Amino acid sequence: MSIIETRIEDGIAILTWDQRDRSMNVLNGDALAELDRAILGAAADASVKGIVLTSGKKGSFVAGGDLEQIEKLGAGPIDFADMSARQGAILTQLRRMETCGKPVVAALNGVALGGGFEVALACHYRILVDSRAAKVGLPESGMGLMPGAGGTVRLPRLVGIGTALSLMLEGKQVGPEEALKLGLVHQVVPESELLGAAKAWISNGGSAVQPWDAKGFKVPGGGIDQPGGLQVMMGTIAMIHANTYGNYPHGRAILSAVYEGMKLPVERAARVETRYFLTLLGGPVARNMLRTLFFGMQNAAKGVRRPKDVPPFEVKKVGILGAGLMGAGIAFVGAKAGVQMVLLDREQSFADKGKQYSADRLAKDLAKGRTTQEKIDATLARIQATTSYEDLRDCDVVVEAVFEDRAVKADVAKKADAVLSDRAVFGSNTSALPITGLAEASSRPANFIGMHFFSPVERMQLVEVICGKKTSEETLAKTYDFVKRIGKTAIAVKDGRGFYTSRVFGTYITEGGELLAEGVSPALIEQAGRMSGMPMAPLSLSDEVGLHLMQHATEQNRRDLGDAYEMNAAAKAVELLVSKLDRHGRKNGKGYYEYAADGSKRLWAGLSEHFPVKSEQPTVDEVMKRYLFAQCLETARAIEEGIITSPEDCDVGAVLAWGFPAFTGGPCSYMDTVGIARFVADADALAAKHGKRFTPPALLREMASAGSKFYP
Amino acid sequence: MRDCYVFDAVRTPRGRGRAKDGSLAEATPLHLAKTVLEALPERGAFDSAAIEDVILGCVEPVGEQGANIGRLAALASRYDDSVPGVQVNRFCASGLEAVNIGAAKVKAGDADLIVGGGVESMSRIPMGAAGGSWSTDPAIAFPTFFVPQGISADLIATMHGFSRTDVDSYAAESQRRAAIAMKEGRFARSIIPVKDVLGLTLLATDEFPRPETSVESLAKLDASFKVMGEKHGFDAVALQRYATVEKIDHVHHAGNSSGIVDGASAVLLGSKEAGATLGLTPRARIVTSVSVGSEPCIMLTGPSIASKKALAKAGLTVDDIDLFEINEAFASVVLLFQKELGLDPAKVNVNGGAIAYGHPLGATGAMLVGIVIDELERIGKKRALVTLCVGAGMGTATIIERV
Repeated sequence: MSIIETRIEDGIAILTWDQRDRSMNVLNGDALAELDRAILGAAADASVKGIVLTSGKKGSFVAGGDLEQIEKLGAGPIDFADMSARQGAILTQLRRMETCGKPVVAALNGVALGGGFEVALACHYRILVDSRAAKVGLPESGMGLMPGAGGTVRLPRLVGIGTALSLMLEGKQVGPEEALKLGLVHQVVPESELLGAAKAWISNGGSAVQPWDAKGFKVPGGGIDQPGGLQVMMGTIAMIHANTYGNYPHGRAILSAVYEGMKLPVERAARVETRYFLTLLGGPVARNMLRTLFFGMQNAAKGVRRPKDVPPFEVKKVGILGAGLMGAGIAFVGAKAGVQMVLLDREQSFADKGKQYSADRLAKDLAKGRTTQEKIDATLARIQATTSYEDLRDCDVVVEAVFEDRAVKADVAKKADAVLSDRAVFGSNTSALPITGLAEASSRPANFIGMHFFSPVERMQLVEVICGKKTSEETLAKTYDFVKRIGKTAIAVKDGRGFYTSRVFGTYITEGGELLAEGVSPALIEQAGRMSGMPMAPLSLSDEVGLHLMQHATEQNRRDLGDAYEMNAAAKAVELLVSKLDRHGRKNGKGYYEYAADGSKRLWAGLSEHFPVKSEQPTVDEVMKRYLFAQCLETARAIEEGIITSPEDCDVGAVLAWGFPAFTGGPCSYMDTVGIARFVADADALAAKHGKRFTPPALLREMASAGSKFYP
Repeated sequence: MRDCYVFDAVRTPRGRGRAKDGSLAEATPLHLAKTVLEALPERGAFDSAAIEDVILGCVEPVGEQGANIGRLAALASRYDDSVPGVQVNRFCASGLEAVNIGAAKVKAGDADLIVGGGVESMSRIPMGAAGGSWSTDPAIAFPTFFVPQGISADLIATMHGFSRTDVDSYAAESQRRAAIAMKEGRFARSIIPVKDVLGLTLLATDEFPRPETSVESLAKLDASFKVMGEKHGFDAVALQRYATVEKIDHVHHAGNSSGIVDGASAVLLGSKEAGATLGLTPRARIVTSVSVGSEPCIMLTGPSIASKKALAKAGLTVDDIDLFEINEAFASVVLLFQKELGLDPAKVNVNGGAIAYGHPLGATGAMLVGIVIDELERIGKKRALVTLCVGAGMGTATIIERV
């Protein structure tokens, strides 16, 4: 079965790319070898005056490189000489296409991304179909990779160094209008005219010479050694360095490939690109990112760990108890996904306000041209704002999203329980309250499950699903179906204090407090947090969460645990700030930081009075390590205790829930990358220096001695 | 090892480095270098054939400053064809490095008479013209945390608590001292006016100083590196290297940093014997000269490291030095230098510095040698230390002793 079919129409060879065993075409060795043969065949055929390359897949040209192939490559040691030769062959083939002597048109009938767009760049003319779904670009950086099929060579020569760098570094995917404006494609036409336009361009004498092969070629906007190019390099390096803290090698690799390659002929620049591309394949970051951000998330979104033997659960109607920020957000995403939502609150005005949240969000989308009034009306019609529990009667799922207080939660759970059917699932949205206890309010504890949504609901992809002691497998399976139905991704965990996400994330904030108590400079505490790749520094984060709320949680813990409760340094620091110094965080304009009227903030100068800064400071690397290790160790403990079982869920959950540094691939990937034995030894060293919170759990010691890893 | 002596030291006045109104913009860098090179054999009444090398510092050695301006300037000056020339680049310390290399040749016995100096026409060849890879090649920019040196100067001020008022006060004092020095004609002996082809004077005295400068007038200027630092990522890069600093306080501006000017300098160096043969009187001896590398992101901390090393090699202490000349690249560099060496400000840059006069990059180092020898003679003191901070994290220092 061939991948590239050739047919001749009006003296023009039409090459149709169609990998029949896949839903989308991908760039791989087999496809390219066939493309090469087809191009050479058409070039040699005297009756053919030009070539059109298009795809047999509806709505997509070529979606990108073959990520599975790439991931497999990364699993073992890479034979660089062999890989250089193989990658070189791809680049030679594409070069052969653009120098074959006959004009080649890429008739892009839809998505042309990554390797797909690189093939298009090696064509002499690009026509893109005018459709909302059509996207072109080089998004490899999103997976810690870089273009490897000539993208860093051709794109800057096509659109200029600055534009090319920003497109590649941001991994931007652009639609037809912008693609035309940026010069990524030459023409945008309706789908029905695509082939005609391609043939017409050839018939009208389209040139078989790439701009960079034409005499007197100049890079648009100036070459790399001209002031414009140098300015772009300097500015871009600084921004990438500033924003990525050196954690993501692909940014630097893209910059180096362009910087070094722009002074070379196309063929040799491609060799430079290959070198940097292979450094990324050989390193851990791309492999980890690919595994978690692509395959892990894909698996989780599909629900591969959903109990298999429960039949699919159709979710048509969902009730939400509590129309606050979380409830309103869940109602919004559910309604957008086409589910009937009942938004219930104590008073009609509260429920209405919750529904208004959706109206406001949709109005913003309308202003940006992202939706239509018709769609808005339909979406809002799916949200019923009410105060009556009777309206929940035929709901398939009810999610309780009221205040984090056991009594309040029990009250609404009981009221809902009275009207729900035996097949309905009752979900409690809580970030920390044990589910088994909450389930006592229900007459159907088997149907009772935790659904930990994150704020803002419409942006946060994850739902942490918590099974209580009595939650049934059926309820878990139904919850997977519900979460998927509203477009979210579920990870399933067992009941326990802080479940998985809150429990592990908490160690990061705690470590910030420990460092402060030790006399580490607050600026260093914060900078190391950012440099470790966490989205926010620990003291900043505490201020944003609200020190008074953290204090509240501490008091709750103390009540729950009684004598077993051990107050950590972070909790002590928060207690001091809240109780003695009236510093509540961002909310009252004073916390670890001081907040100016213009929104700017500086670390509170008075901190040094309460937490004197010692003269010997740790290095930023030591502090970063403590943050990552604290979270990884807690993850390992959660696995050991059976709270969570799948390393993939751990990693996907960590990245999605609290922004654990994506370059690591997640805590389990990170431990694997460090090496379990080495991780255990380092953790022991940290424990000796900083306390037993760094003592590795038995699970890790066993893994170290067995030489096993989280991932195969 | 024998001694190396300074017999003469000359410089051009420093002209505003602007093509639109700088007095020396009409003079090519070759012409500036020729002005000082011609003066040496003429003042010393000796045949240029005795000179065994012309070493010129130049920081942007491209265009009309390119292709070895050392040799071309020697030829332009109608030095004997047998006199070779070479151009060196130690960035801002190039002129001093030229003197140091010359002194080393003499001390080693490989040469008897050398000219070390420098030239920079910043009006004609702008700063950055030579390009370079540091800021633009990821292979060096990332691992060294490259930031423009203004950011480094502001980082030094932040880390050492030099406030805007501190740096502005220093700048105003530099201007005040320069005004006195110029009024009293303290540079008369060493400045060679730059003349045009008709023999008419283009510039005879330094034109950059603004004697009316005050702390109050400086306070009105906007910080130069704030936007670059805060909006273009450079502050964030520097703070990754210096993670205990919360935020960079941007205090430097055009009024407390070295000015952009044109100029050239030349120092005549040689052995005692060469001096005797040619009838030249030694004015001073080059005691020690060193260059060091320092951390490149903060970049400008080299002077104290170089100076301590030079003092140690000479077996001297700070107290043995009567005068210090440190290039005023930025006010914070001088304040840090004074702090780290525990200096009395009354001994440092007594006639003002580059904040007042400007800093013709490749020429400044050799200019400072002449300036400090003149001053030692004027006040009847013995020993001086000359130092400059250097791009990419270096420092150069030279100890000079009157004989």
